[in-house]
Amino acid sequence: MLGLNNVEVIYDGVILVLKGVSLNVRDGGITTLLGANGAGKTTTLKAVSGLLRSERGDVTKGSIEFSGERIDRLPPHAVVRRGIVQVFEGRRVFEHLTTEENLIAGAHIQKDRQRVAGGIERVYEYFPRLKERRSVQSGYLSGGEQQMLVIGRALMANPHVMLLDEPSLGLAPMLVEEIFGIVQQLNRQEKLTVLLVEQNAALALTIAEHGYVMENGRIVLDGSADALRENPDIKEFYLGLTEVGARRSYRDVKHYKRRKRWLS
Amino acid sequence: MSDDLSFFFLLMSNGLLIGLMYSLIALGFVLVYKATDAINFAQGEFVMIAGFVTAGALMVWGAPLWVAVALALVSLVAFGFVLERVMLRRLIGRPVIAVVMATIGLAAILRGVGPFVIFSGTKPLPLPIRDEPFMLGPIFIPPIQLLGAGVSLAFLAGFGWFFLKSRKGIAMRAVADNQQVAMAMGIDVERYFGVAWAMTGVVSALGGILWGNLLGVDVNLALVGFKVFPVVILGGLDSIPGAIIGGLIVGVVENIAAGYVDPYVGGGTKDFAPYVLMILALMIRPYGIFGKRIIERV
Ligand SMILES: Nc1ncnc2c1ncn2[C@@H]1O[C@H](COP(=O)(O)OP(=O)(O)O)[C@@H](O)[C@H]1O
Ligand SMILES: [Mg+2]
Repeated sequence: MLGLNNVEVIYDGVILVLKGVSLNVRDGGITTLLGANGAGKTTTLKAVSGLLRSERGDVTKGSIEFSGERIDRLPPHAVVRRGIVQVFEGRRVFEHLTTEENLIAGAHIQKDRQRVAGGIERVYEYFPRLKERRSVQSGYLSGGEQQMLVIGRALMANPHVMLLDEPSLGLAPMLVEEIFGIVQQLNRQEKLTVLLVEQNAALALTIAEHGYVMENGRIVLDGSADALRENPDIKEFYLGLTEVGARRSYRDVKHYKRRKRWLS
Repeated sequence: MSDDLSFFFLLMSNGLLIGLMYSLIALGFVLVYKATDAINFAQGEFVMIAGFVTAGALMVWGAPLWVAVALALVSLVAFGFVLERVMLRRLIGRPVIAVVMATIGLAAILRGVGPFVIFSGTKPLPLPIRDEPFMLGPIFIPPIQLLGAGVSLAFLAGFGWFFLKSRKGIAMRAVADNQQVAMAMGIDVERYFGVAWAMTGVVSALGGILWGNLLGVDVNLALVGFKVFPVVILGGLDSIPGAIIGGLIVGVVENIAAGYVDPYVGGGTKDFAPYVLMILALMIRPYGIFGKRIIERV
Protein backbone atom coordinates (compact mmCIF):
# COMPACT_ATOMS: atom_id res chain seq x y z
CA MET A 1 0.00 0.00 0.00
CA LEU A 2 1.03 3.57 -0.76
CA GLY A 3 0.42 6.06 2.00
CA LEU A 4 1.08 9.71 2.70
CA ASN A 5 1.18 10.71 6.34
CA ASN A 6 0.76 14.37 7.15
CA VAL A 7 2.98 15.46 4.25
CA GLU A 8 4.08 19.07 4.03
CA VAL A 9 5.74 20.35 0.84
CA ILE A 10 7.63 23.60 0.42
CA TYR A 11 8.94 24.99 -2.87
CA ASP A 12 12.00 27.22 -3.02
CA GLY A 13 12.36 27.06 0.74
CA VAL A 14 9.41 29.43 1.32
CA ILE A 15 6.32 28.55 -0.73
CA LEU A 16 4.18 26.23 1.41
CA VAL A 17 1.96 24.19 -0.93
CA LEU A 18 0.95 20.98 0.85
CA LYS A 19 -0.13 21.61 4.43
CA GLY A 20 -0.27 18.18 6.00
CA VAL A 21 -1.76 15.79 3.46
CA SER A 22 -2.65 12.24 4.45
CA LEU A 23 -4.06 9.71 2.05
CA ASN A 24 -3.95 5.99 1.34
CA VAL A 25 -3.95 4.25 -2.00
CA ARG A 26 -5.26 0.73 -1.66
CA ASP A 27 -3.39 -2.04 -3.47
CA GLY A 28 -5.17 -3.13 -6.63
CA GLY A 29 -7.70 -0.31 -6.49
CA ILE A 30 -8.35 2.98 -8.21
CA THR A 31 -8.19 5.97 -5.87
CA THR A 32 -8.96 9.44 -7.10
CA LEU A 33 -7.69 12.80 -5.91
CA LEU A 34 -10.04 15.61 -6.90
CA GLY A 35 -9.65 19.33 -6.63
CA ALA A 36 -9.66 22.61 -8.49
CA ASN A 37 -6.70 24.08 -10.30
CA GLY A 38 -3.83 24.97 -8.00
CA ALA A 39 -5.06 22.81 -5.12
CA GLY A 40 -1.79 20.88 -4.95
CA LYS A 41 -2.73 17.64 -6.71
CA THR A 42 0.26 17.55 -9.04
CA THR A 43 2.55 18.49 -6.17
CA THR A 44 1.21 15.49 -4.26
CA LEU A 45 2.10 13.16 -7.12
CA LYS A 46 5.55 14.69 -7.48
CA ALA A 47 6.17 14.23 -3.78
CA VAL A 48 5.54 10.51 -4.26
CA SER A 49 7.58 10.10 -7.46
CA GLY A 50 10.54 12.04 -6.10
CA LEU A 51 10.37 14.61 -8.88
CA LEU A 52 9.79 17.51 -6.49
CA ARG A 53 13.50 18.05 -6.08
CA SER A 54 13.93 18.75 -9.78
CA GLU A 55 11.68 21.78 -9.13
CA ARG A 56 13.37 22.79 -5.89
CA GLY A 57 10.52 21.42 -3.82
CA ASP A 58 10.93 19.40 -0.65
CA VAL A 59 8.93 17.18 1.67
CA THR A 60 9.60 19.07 4.89
CA LYS A 61 7.27 17.18 7.24
CA GLY A 62 5.52 13.86 7.37
CA SER A 63 6.42 10.75 5.43
CA ILE A 64 5.52 8.75 2.34
CA GLU A 65 5.56 4.98 2.59
CA PHE A 66 5.23 2.23 0.04
CA SER A 67 5.03 -1.43 1.06
CA GLY A 68 6.34 -0.55 4.49
CA GLU A 69 9.35 1.40 3.22
CA ARG A 70 9.86 5.16 3.41
CA ILE A 71 10.28 6.55 -0.08
CA ASP A 72 10.17 10.32 0.40
CA ARG A 73 13.96 10.63 0.38
CA LEU A 74 14.53 8.52 -2.75
CA PRO A 75 15.61 9.91 -6.13
CA PRO A 76 13.06 9.46 -8.97
CA HIS A 77 14.82 6.49 -10.59
CA ALA A 78 14.80 4.61 -7.29
CA VAL A 79 11.06 5.23 -6.93
CA VAL A 80 10.43 3.90 -10.46
CA ARG A 81 12.46 0.80 -9.59
CA ARG A 82 10.17 0.18 -6.62
CA GLY A 83 7.23 0.10 -9.00
CA ILE A 84 5.70 3.58 -8.87
CA VAL A 85 5.53 5.58 -12.06
CA GLN A 86 4.10 9.04 -12.67
CA VAL A 87 2.25 10.04 -15.84
CA PHE A 88 2.39 13.82 -16.17
CA GLU A 89 -0.52 16.04 -17.02
CA GLY A 90 -0.37 17.65 -20.44
CA ARG A 91 0.67 14.52 -22.43
CA ARG A 92 4.38 15.03 -22.23
CA VAL A 93 5.69 12.65 -24.88
CA PHE A 94 9.34 12.75 -25.96
CA GLU A 95 8.25 14.62 -29.03
CA HIS A 96 11.35 14.09 -31.15
CA LEU A 97 11.24 10.33 -30.59
CA THR A 98 8.93 8.00 -32.47
CA THR A 99 6.03 6.26 -30.73
CA GLU A 100 8.02 3.05 -30.36
CA GLU A 101 11.16 4.86 -29.19
CA ASN A 102 9.05 6.50 -26.49
CA LEU A 103 8.02 3.02 -25.33
CA ILE A 104 11.62 1.81 -25.38
CA ALA A 105 12.68 4.82 -23.30
CA GLY A 106 9.86 3.97 -20.88
CA ALA A 107 11.39 0.53 -20.36
CA HIS A 108 14.68 2.01 -19.22
CA ILE A 109 14.77 0.12 -15.91
CA GLN A 110 14.07 -3.19 -17.67
CA LYS A 111 17.36 -4.93 -18.46
CA ASP A 112 15.99 -7.94 -20.33
CA ARG A 113 15.47 -7.23 -24.07
CA GLN A 114 12.89 -9.99 -24.44
CA ARG A 115 10.78 -8.39 -21.73
CA VAL A 116 11.00 -5.02 -23.46
CA ALA A 117 9.72 -6.53 -26.69
CA GLY A 118 6.93 -8.27 -24.76
CA GLY A 119 6.07 -5.03 -23.01
CA ILE A 120 5.73 -3.21 -26.31
CA GLU A 121 3.35 -5.91 -27.59
CA ARG A 122 1.27 -5.62 -24.42
CA VAL A 123 0.97 -1.85 -24.88
CA TYR A 124 -0.08 -2.34 -28.50
CA GLU A 125 -2.77 -4.77 -27.36
CA TYR A 126 -4.29 -2.19 -25.07
CA PHE A 127 -3.75 0.67 -27.52
CA PRO A 128 -3.96 -0.75 -31.08
CA ARG A 129 -3.85 2.76 -32.47
CA LEU A 130 -0.31 3.18 -31.17
CA LYS A 131 0.78 0.17 -33.20
CA GLU A 132 -0.44 1.80 -36.39
CA ARG A 133 1.50 4.92 -35.45
CA ARG A 134 4.61 3.14 -34.16
CA SER A 135 7.16 4.89 -36.38
CA VAL A 136 5.60 8.36 -36.35
CA GLN A 137 7.49 11.08 -34.51
CA SER A 138 5.35 11.41 -31.39
CA GLY A 139 5.21 15.20 -31.48
CA TYR A 140 2.94 14.81 -34.49
CA LEU A 141 0.45 12.38 -32.89
CA SER A 142 -3.05 13.59 -32.04
CA GLY A 143 -3.83 14.59 -28.46
CA GLY A 144 -5.65 11.33 -27.76
CA GLU A 145 -2.84 9.23 -29.20
CA GLN A 146 -0.33 11.14 -27.11
CA GLN A 147 -2.35 10.48 -23.95
CA MET A 148 -2.42 6.78 -24.84
CA LEU A 149 1.31 6.88 -25.49
CA VAL A 150 2.21 8.39 -22.12
CA ILE A 151 0.09 5.78 -20.35
CA GLY A 152 1.62 3.02 -22.48
CA ARG A 153 5.09 4.35 -21.88
CA ALA A 154 4.52 4.27 -18.13
CA LEU A 155 3.31 0.65 -18.41
CA MET A 156 6.69 -0.23 -19.94
CA ALA A 157 8.24 0.18 -16.50
CA ASN A 158 5.99 -2.65 -15.28
CA PRO A 159 4.64 -0.60 -12.38
CA HIS A 160 2.57 -1.68 -9.39
CA VAL A 161 1.22 1.83 -8.98
CA MET A 162 0.47 4.39 -11.66
CA LEU A 163 0.14 8.05 -10.68
CA LEU A 164 -2.09 9.42 -13.42
CA ASP A 165 -2.37 13.20 -13.66
CA GLU A 166 -5.45 14.65 -15.40
CA PRO A 167 -5.64 12.30 -18.39
CA SER A 168 -8.91 13.94 -19.50
CA LEU A 169 -7.47 17.43 -19.86
CA GLY A 170 -8.24 18.94 -23.26
CA LEU A 171 -9.57 15.75 -24.87
CA ALA A 172 -12.93 15.15 -26.54
CA PRO A 173 -15.44 13.36 -24.25
CA MET A 174 -15.51 10.21 -26.35
CA LEU A 175 -11.76 9.84 -26.24
CA VAL A 176 -11.78 10.47 -22.51
CA GLU A 177 -14.26 7.66 -22.01
CA GLU A 178 -12.16 5.32 -24.15
CA ILE A 179 -9.05 6.11 -22.15
CA PHE A 180 -10.81 5.76 -18.81
CA GLY A 181 -12.15 2.42 -20.01
CA ILE A 182 -8.63 1.23 -20.72
CA VAL A 183 -7.41 2.44 -17.33
CA GLN A 184 -10.16 0.41 -15.72
CA GLN A 185 -9.18 -2.62 -17.80
CA LEU A 186 -5.53 -2.23 -16.77
CA ASN A 187 -6.63 -2.07 -13.17
CA ARG A 188 -8.64 -5.29 -13.45
CA GLN A 189 -6.50 -7.39 -15.77
CA GLU A 190 -3.01 -6.29 -14.78
CA LYS A 191 -3.79 -5.64 -11.11
CA LEU A 192 -2.50 -2.11 -11.63
CA THR A 193 -3.05 0.20 -8.68
CA VAL A 194 -4.01 3.69 -9.81
CA LEU A 195 -3.94 7.08 -8.12
CA LEU A 196 -5.99 9.20 -10.51
CA VAL A 197 -5.84 12.98 -10.28
CA GLU A 198 -8.79 14.67 -11.96
CA GLN A 199 -10.78 17.85 -12.21
CA ASN A 200 -13.49 15.89 -13.99
CA ALA A 201 -15.00 14.53 -10.78
CA ALA A 202 -18.07 12.97 -12.39
CA LEU A 203 -16.00 10.70 -14.58
CA ALA A 204 -13.30 9.96 -12.03
CA LEU A 205 -15.89 8.83 -9.46
CA THR A 206 -17.35 6.33 -11.92
CA ILE A 207 -14.15 4.28 -12.11
CA ALA A 208 -12.63 4.97 -8.67
CA GLU A 209 -13.64 3.17 -5.53
CA HIS A 210 -12.38 5.80 -3.13
CA GLY A 211 -11.78 9.52 -3.45
CA TYR A 212 -10.14 12.47 -1.74
CA VAL A 213 -10.96 16.13 -2.29
CA MET A 214 -8.15 18.63 -2.03
CA GLU A 215 -8.39 22.37 -1.49
CA ASN A 216 -5.50 24.72 -0.92
CA GLY A 217 -3.03 22.01 -0.05
CA ARG A 218 -5.32 20.19 2.36
CA ILE A 219 -7.59 17.17 2.10
CA VAL A 220 -11.05 18.56 2.93
CA LEU A 221 -13.16 15.49 2.23
CA ASP A 222 -12.71 11.81 1.66
CA GLY A 223 -14.87 8.75 1.29
CA SER A 224 -16.00 5.96 -0.97
CA ALA A 225 -16.85 6.98 -4.52
CA ASP A 226 -20.54 6.32 -3.85
CA ALA A 227 -20.56 8.46 -0.74
CA LEU A 228 -18.74 11.27 -2.52
CA ARG A 229 -21.16 11.18 -5.43
CA GLU A 230 -24.00 11.62 -2.97
CA ASN A 231 -22.25 14.32 -0.94
CA PRO A 232 -24.14 17.60 -1.34
CA ASP A 233 -20.96 19.70 -1.59
CA ILE A 234 -19.49 17.52 -4.29
CA LYS A 235 -22.82 17.43 -6.09
CA GLU A 236 -23.16 21.18 -6.05
CA PHE A 237 -19.63 22.25 -6.70
CA TYR A 238 -17.72 19.54 -8.55
CA LEU A 239 -20.39 17.56 -10.29
CA GLY A 240 -22.47 20.67 -10.94
CA LEU A 241 -19.47 22.41 -12.34
CA THR A 242 -18.55 19.63 -14.69
CA GLU A 243 -22.04 18.60 -15.76
CA VAL A 244 -23.57 21.97 -16.49
CA GLY A 245 -20.35 23.80 -17.31
CA ALA A 246 -18.45 26.44 -15.47
CA ARG A 247 -21.31 28.95 -15.31
CA ARG A 248 -22.71 28.05 -11.91
CA SER A 249 -23.75 31.06 -9.89
CA TYR A 250 -21.31 32.78 -7.66
CA ARG A 251 -23.63 32.16 -4.71
CA ASP A 252 -23.08 28.41 -5.01
CA VAL A 253 -19.37 28.86 -4.91
CA LYS A 254 -19.61 31.10 -1.90
CA HIS A 255 -21.79 28.56 -0.19
CA TYR A 256 -19.21 25.90 -0.93
CA LYS A 257 -16.48 28.06 0.51
CA ARG A 258 -18.51 28.51 3.69
CA ARG A 259 -18.96 24.78 3.94
CA LYS A 260 -15.33 24.20 3.25
CA ARG A 261 -14.23 26.46 6.06
CA TRP A 262 -16.47 24.51 8.31
CA LEU A 263 -15.04 21.25 7.08
CA SER A 264 -11.40 22.16 7.52
CA MET B 1 41.79 16.40 -68.48
CA SER B 2 42.27 20.15 -68.52
CA ASP B 3 44.34 21.80 -65.85
CA ASP B 4 41.36 23.81 -64.68
CA LEU B 5 39.30 20.74 -64.10
CA SER B 6 42.02 18.83 -62.31
CA PHE B 7 42.66 21.87 -60.09
CA PHE B 8 38.95 21.84 -59.23
CA PHE B 9 39.01 18.13 -58.38
CA LEU B 10 42.05 18.65 -56.21
CA LEU B 11 40.32 21.42 -54.27
CA MET B 12 37.20 19.31 -53.89
CA SER B 13 38.92 16.15 -52.69
CA ASN B 14 41.04 18.10 -50.26
CA GLY B 15 37.98 19.99 -49.05
CA LEU B 16 35.91 16.86 -48.52
CA LEU B 17 38.63 15.04 -46.57
CA ILE B 18 39.49 18.02 -44.39
CA GLY B 19 35.75 18.60 -44.02
CA LEU B 20 35.29 15.16 -42.47
CA MET B 21 38.02 16.00 -39.99
CA TYR B 22 36.01 19.10 -39.04
CA SER B 23 32.97 16.84 -38.71
CA LEU B 24 34.81 14.77 -36.11
CA ILE B 25 35.43 17.79 -33.91
CA ALA B 26 31.92 19.09 -34.50
CA LEU B 27 30.65 15.69 -33.36
CA GLY B 28 32.13 16.42 -29.94
CA PHE B 29 30.13 19.62 -29.77
CA VAL B 30 26.95 17.95 -31.05
CA LEU B 31 27.11 15.05 -28.56
CA VAL B 32 27.12 17.41 -25.60
CA TYR B 33 24.50 19.72 -27.03
CA LYS B 34 22.23 16.83 -27.97
CA ALA B 35 22.29 15.22 -24.56
CA THR B 36 22.65 18.15 -22.17
CA ASP B 37 21.70 21.33 -24.08
CA ALA B 38 25.07 22.80 -23.10
CA ILE B 39 26.93 24.86 -25.67
CA ASN B 40 30.62 24.03 -25.35
CA PHE B 41 32.81 26.94 -26.36
CA ALA B 42 35.89 24.99 -25.27
CA GLN B 43 35.61 22.26 -27.93
CA GLY B 44 38.76 23.50 -29.69
CA GLU B 45 40.62 23.54 -26.38
CA PHE B 46 39.57 19.93 -25.68
CA VAL B 47 41.20 19.01 -28.99
CA MET B 48 44.26 21.10 -28.15
CA ILE B 49 44.71 19.45 -24.75
CA ALA B 50 44.47 16.03 -26.37
CA GLY B 51 47.22 17.11 -28.77
CA PHE B 52 49.36 18.30 -25.85
CA VAL B 53 48.91 15.03 -23.96
CA THR B 54 49.75 12.88 -26.99
CA ALA B 55 52.69 14.97 -28.22
CA GLY B 56 53.94 15.35 -24.65
CA ALA B 57 53.86 11.60 -24.08
CA LEU B 58 55.61 10.92 -27.40
CA MET B 59 58.16 13.70 -27.52
CA VAL B 60 58.80 14.70 -23.91
CA TRP B 61 58.39 11.43 -22.02
CA GLY B 62 59.36 9.17 -24.93
CA ALA B 63 56.36 6.86 -24.59
CA PRO B 64 55.43 4.47 -27.42
CA LEU B 65 52.59 5.57 -29.67
CA TRP B 66 49.94 3.21 -28.28
CA VAL B 67 50.65 4.42 -24.76
CA ALA B 68 50.38 8.03 -25.90
CA VAL B 69 47.06 7.41 -27.67
CA ALA B 70 45.66 5.45 -24.74
CA LEU B 71 46.77 8.20 -22.37
CA ALA B 72 45.04 10.83 -24.49
CA LEU B 73 41.81 8.81 -24.58
CA VAL B 74 41.80 8.00 -20.88
CA SER B 75 42.66 11.50 -19.74
CA LEU B 76 40.11 13.20 -22.00
CA VAL B 77 37.33 10.79 -20.95
CA ALA B 78 38.21 11.36 -17.30
CA PHE B 79 38.34 15.09 -17.91
CA GLY B 80 34.85 15.02 -19.48
CA PHE B 81 33.42 13.08 -16.52
CA VAL B 82 35.03 15.27 -13.89
CA LEU B 83 34.11 18.48 -15.66
CA GLU B 84 30.45 17.45 -15.74
CA ARG B 85 30.56 16.46 -12.11
CA VAL B 86 32.25 19.50 -10.61
CA MET B 87 31.24 22.31 -12.95
CA LEU B 88 28.38 21.66 -15.35
CA ARG B 89 26.09 19.78 -12.99
CA ARG B 90 25.84 22.88 -10.86
CA LEU B 91 24.74 24.89 -13.86
CA ILE B 92 21.77 22.66 -14.76
CA GLY B 93 18.61 24.71 -14.91
CA ARG B 94 20.48 28.02 -15.01
CA PRO B 95 20.21 30.36 -17.98
CA VAL B 96 22.10 29.20 -21.11
CA ILE B 97 24.49 32.10 -20.75
CA ALA B 98 25.88 30.60 -17.53
CA VAL B 99 27.14 27.51 -19.35
CA VAL B 100 28.40 29.59 -22.27
CA MET B 101 30.44 31.83 -19.97
CA ALA B 102 31.69 28.89 -17.94
CA THR B 103 32.99 27.08 -21.03
CA ILE B 104 34.57 30.27 -22.37
CA GLY B 105 36.38 30.60 -19.05
CA LEU B 106 37.36 26.95 -19.22
CA ALA B 107 38.77 27.49 -22.72
CA ALA B 108 41.02 30.29 -21.46
CA ILE B 109 42.22 28.15 -18.56
CA LEU B 110 43.00 25.17 -20.82
CA ARG B 111 44.98 27.39 -23.20
CA GLY B 112 47.06 28.40 -20.21
CA VAL B 113 47.38 24.98 -18.60
CA GLY B 114 48.50 23.04 -21.72
CA PRO B 115 51.77 24.89 -22.33
CA PHE B 116 52.34 25.49 -18.64
CA VAL B 117 52.00 21.91 -17.44
CA ILE B 118 53.00 19.81 -20.46
CA PHE B 119 55.42 21.71 -22.70
CA SER B 120 55.88 25.14 -24.22
CA GLY B 121 56.60 25.96 -27.85
CA THR B 122 55.50 23.83 -30.79
CA LYS B 123 56.05 20.07 -30.98
CA PRO B 124 55.29 17.69 -33.82
CA LEU B 125 52.97 14.74 -33.28
CA PRO B 126 54.41 12.07 -35.58
CA LEU B 127 52.26 9.11 -36.60
CA PRO B 128 53.64 6.00 -38.32
CA ILE B 129 52.07 6.72 -41.69
CA ARG B 130 53.84 7.67 -44.90
CA ASP B 131 54.37 11.31 -45.84
CA GLU B 132 54.19 11.13 -49.64
CA PRO B 133 50.67 11.67 -50.91
CA PHE B 134 48.76 9.03 -52.84
CA MET B 135 48.42 10.04 -56.48
CA LEU B 136 45.08 9.41 -58.16
CA GLY B 137 45.32 10.96 -61.60
CA PRO B 138 45.36 14.71 -61.02
CA ILE B 139 44.40 14.35 -57.39
CA PHE B 140 46.92 13.82 -54.65
CA ILE B 141 45.84 12.82 -51.18
CA PRO B 142 48.02 13.15 -48.09
CA PRO B 143 47.74 9.90 -46.09
CA ILE B 144 46.92 11.76 -42.85
CA GLN B 145 43.83 13.22 -44.49
CA LEU B 146 42.75 9.77 -45.57
CA LEU B 147 43.29 8.41 -42.08
CA GLY B 148 41.49 11.42 -40.58
CA ALA B 149 38.52 11.04 -42.89
CA GLY B 150 38.37 7.30 -42.19
CA VAL B 151 38.45 7.71 -38.41
CA SER B 152 35.86 10.48 -38.62
CA LEU B 153 33.47 8.44 -40.71
CA ALA B 154 33.85 5.42 -38.44
CA PHE B 155 33.02 7.42 -35.32
CA LEU B 156 30.23 9.41 -36.93
CA ALA B 157 28.64 6.16 -38.10
CA GLY B 158 29.22 4.53 -34.71
CA PHE B 159 27.61 7.32 -32.73
CA GLY B 160 24.85 7.63 -35.32
CA TRP B 161 24.00 3.97 -34.81
CA PHE B 162 24.22 4.35 -31.04
CA PHE B 163 21.64 7.15 -30.89
CA LEU B 164 19.29 5.64 -33.42
CA LYS B 165 19.28 1.97 -32.46
CA SER B 166 20.69 1.24 -29.01
CA ARG B 167 18.53 1.50 -25.90
CA LYS B 168 21.09 3.67 -24.14
CA GLY B 169 21.18 5.98 -27.15
CA ILE B 170 17.40 6.27 -27.17
CA ALA B 171 17.50 7.03 -23.43
CA MET B 172 20.02 9.79 -24.11
CA ARG B 173 17.76 11.30 -26.74
CA ALA B 174 14.89 11.09 -24.27
CA VAL B 175 17.00 13.01 -21.75
CA ALA B 176 17.72 15.63 -24.40
CA ASP B 177 14.04 15.87 -25.26
CA ASN B 178 12.68 16.36 -21.76
CA GLN B 179 14.80 15.92 -18.66
CA GLN B 180 11.99 15.79 -16.13
CA VAL B 181 9.97 13.22 -18.03
CA ALA B 182 13.14 11.17 -18.56
CA MET B 183 13.64 11.18 -14.78
CA ALA B 184 10.07 10.00 -14.33
CA MET B 185 10.89 7.00 -16.55
CA GLY B 186 13.66 5.98 -14.18
CA ILE B 187 16.47 7.39 -16.29
CA ASP B 188 19.34 8.68 -14.18
CA VAL B 189 19.70 11.95 -16.07
CA GLU B 190 22.91 13.11 -14.43
CA ARG B 191 24.68 9.87 -15.25
CA TYR B 192 23.87 10.34 -18.92
CA PHE B 193 25.19 13.89 -18.79
CA GLY B 194 28.49 12.47 -17.58
CA VAL B 195 28.44 9.85 -20.35
CA ALA B 196 27.85 12.54 -22.99
CA TRP B 197 30.85 14.57 -21.79
CA ALA B 198 32.97 11.43 -21.70
CA MET B 199 31.98 10.63 -25.29
CA THR B 200 33.00 14.14 -26.26
CA GLY B 201 36.31 13.36 -24.57
CA VAL B 202 36.82 10.33 -26.87
CA VAL B 203 36.07 12.32 -30.00
CA SER B 204 38.25 15.21 -28.88
CA ALA B 205 41.16 12.88 -28.15
CA LEU B 206 41.04 11.47 -31.68
CA GLY B 207 40.61 14.95 -33.14
CA GLY B 208 43.62 16.16 -31.19
CA ILE B 209 45.82 13.34 -32.46
CA LEU B 210 44.80 13.78 -36.11
CA TRP B 211 44.84 17.56 -36.18
CA GLY B 212 47.99 17.61 -34.05
CA ASN B 213 49.74 15.52 -36.67
CA LEU B 214 48.53 17.83 -39.44
CA LEU B 215 49.25 21.18 -37.79
CA GLY B 216 51.78 20.49 -35.04
CA VAL B 217 50.91 20.96 -31.37
CA ASP B 218 50.86 24.33 -29.64
CA VAL B 219 48.19 26.68 -28.34
CA ASN B 220 47.09 27.49 -31.89
CA LEU B 221 45.76 23.95 -32.28
CA ALA B 222 42.70 25.20 -30.38
CA LEU B 223 41.82 27.39 -33.35
CA VAL B 224 40.37 24.40 -35.23
CA GLY B 225 37.58 24.68 -32.67
CA PHE B 226 36.38 27.84 -34.36
CA LYS B 227 35.46 25.81 -37.41
CA VAL B 228 32.94 23.95 -35.26
CA PHE B 229 30.50 26.86 -35.26
CA PRO B 230 29.87 27.14 -39.01
CA VAL B 231 29.75 23.34 -39.19
CA VAL B 232 27.07 22.94 -36.53
CA ILE B 233 25.05 25.96 -37.59
CA LEU B 234 24.94 24.66 -41.15
CA GLY B 235 24.18 21.08 -40.17
CA GLY B 236 22.07 21.60 -37.05
CA LEU B 237 23.33 21.80 -33.47
CA ASP B 238 22.02 18.39 -32.47
CA SER B 239 22.37 16.34 -35.64
CA ILE B 240 25.06 13.78 -36.40
CA PRO B 241 24.29 13.61 -40.15
CA GLY B 242 24.26 17.40 -39.92
CA ALA B 243 27.79 17.38 -38.53
CA ILE B 244 28.92 15.32 -41.52
CA ILE B 245 27.20 17.51 -44.11
CA GLY B 246 28.19 20.74 -42.34
CA GLY B 247 31.81 19.59 -42.15
CA LEU B 248 31.88 18.67 -45.84
CA ILE B 249 30.37 22.04 -46.81
CA VAL B 250 32.82 24.00 -44.68
CA GLY B 251 35.80 22.00 -45.97
CA VAL B 252 34.80 22.46 -49.60
CA VAL B 253 33.89 26.14 -49.27
CA GLU B 254 37.19 26.84 -47.59
CA ASN B 255 39.18 25.14 -50.32
CA ILE B 256 37.23 26.70 -53.15
CA ALA B 257 37.72 30.13 -51.58
CA ALA B 258 41.43 29.47 -51.12
CA GLY B 259 41.83 28.20 -54.67
CA TYR B 260 39.75 30.66 -56.67
CA VAL B 261 39.31 33.81 -54.60
CA ASP B 262 42.52 34.13 -52.62
CA PRO B 263 44.80 34.63 -55.67
CA TYR B 264 42.88 37.82 -56.53
CA VAL B 265 42.63 39.36 -53.09
CA GLY B 266 45.95 38.25 -51.69
CA GLY B 267 44.71 35.50 -49.36
CA GLY B 268 42.60 35.23 -46.21
CA THR B 269 39.16 34.41 -47.66
CA LYS B 270 39.64 30.77 -46.65
CA ASP B 271 39.28 31.75 -43.03
CA PHE B 272 36.12 33.78 -43.23
CA ALA B 273 34.19 32.22 -46.11
CA PRO B 274 32.59 29.56 -43.85
CA TYR B 275 31.37 32.31 -41.52
CA VAL B 276 29.69 34.19 -44.35
CA LEU B 277 27.89 30.96 -45.11
CA MET B 278 27.07 30.49 -41.42
CA ILE B 279 25.45 33.91 -41.15
CA LEU B 280 23.45 33.31 -44.32
CA ALA B 281 22.34 29.96 -42.90
CA LEU B 282 21.23 31.59 -39.65
CA MET B 283 19.12 34.04 -41.60
CA ILE B 284 17.51 31.41 -43.82
CA ARG B 285 17.36 28.19 -41.82
CA PRO B 286 17.99 28.68 -38.12
CA TYR B 287 17.64 24.98 -37.23
CA GLY B 288 20.35 23.99 -39.68
CA ILE B 289 19.91 21.46 -42.45
CA PHE B 290 19.11 18.56 -40.13
CA GLY B 291 18.55 20.25 -36.77
CA LYS B 292 15.41 19.40 -34.85
CA ARG B 293 12.53 21.76 -35.02
CA ILE B 294 10.37 22.75 -32.13
CA ILE B 295 7.14 20.97 -32.91
CA GLU B 296 4.07 23.15 -32.85
CA ARG B 297 0.79 21.34 -33.11
CA VAL B 298 -2.56 22.95 -33.61
N1 LIG C 1 7.75 24.38 -9.04
C1 LIG C 1 6.97 25.18 -8.29
N2 LIG C 1 7.50 26.23 -7.63
C2 LIG C 1 6.71 27.04 -6.90
N3 LIG C 1 5.39 26.89 -6.76
C3 LIG C 1 4.80 25.85 -7.39
C4 LIG C 1 5.55 24.95 -8.19
N4 LIG C 1 4.71 24.03 -8.70
C5 LIG C 1 3.48 24.35 -8.23
N5 LIG C 1 3.52 25.43 -7.44
C6 LIG C 1 2.39 26.05 -6.76
O1 LIG C 1 1.78 25.09 -5.94
C7 LIG C 1 0.37 25.20 -6.00
C8 LIG C 1 -0.22 23.86 -6.35
O2 LIG C 1 0.16 23.52 -7.67
P1 LIG C 1 -0.16 22.12 -8.31
O3 LIG C 1 0.34 21.06 -7.41
O4 LIG C 1 0.37 22.14 -9.70
O5 LIG C 1 -1.75 22.13 -8.31
P2 LIG C 1 -2.80 21.28 -9.15
O6 LIG C 1 -2.09 20.14 -9.79
O7 LIG C 1 -3.81 20.84 -8.14
O8 LIG C 1 -3.40 22.21 -10.15
C9 LIG C 1 0.05 26.31 -6.99
O9 LIG C 1 -0.25 27.48 -6.28
C10 LIG C 1 1.32 26.48 -7.75
O10 LIG C 1 1.49 27.82 -8.12
MG1 LIG D 1 -1.94 19.75 -11.79
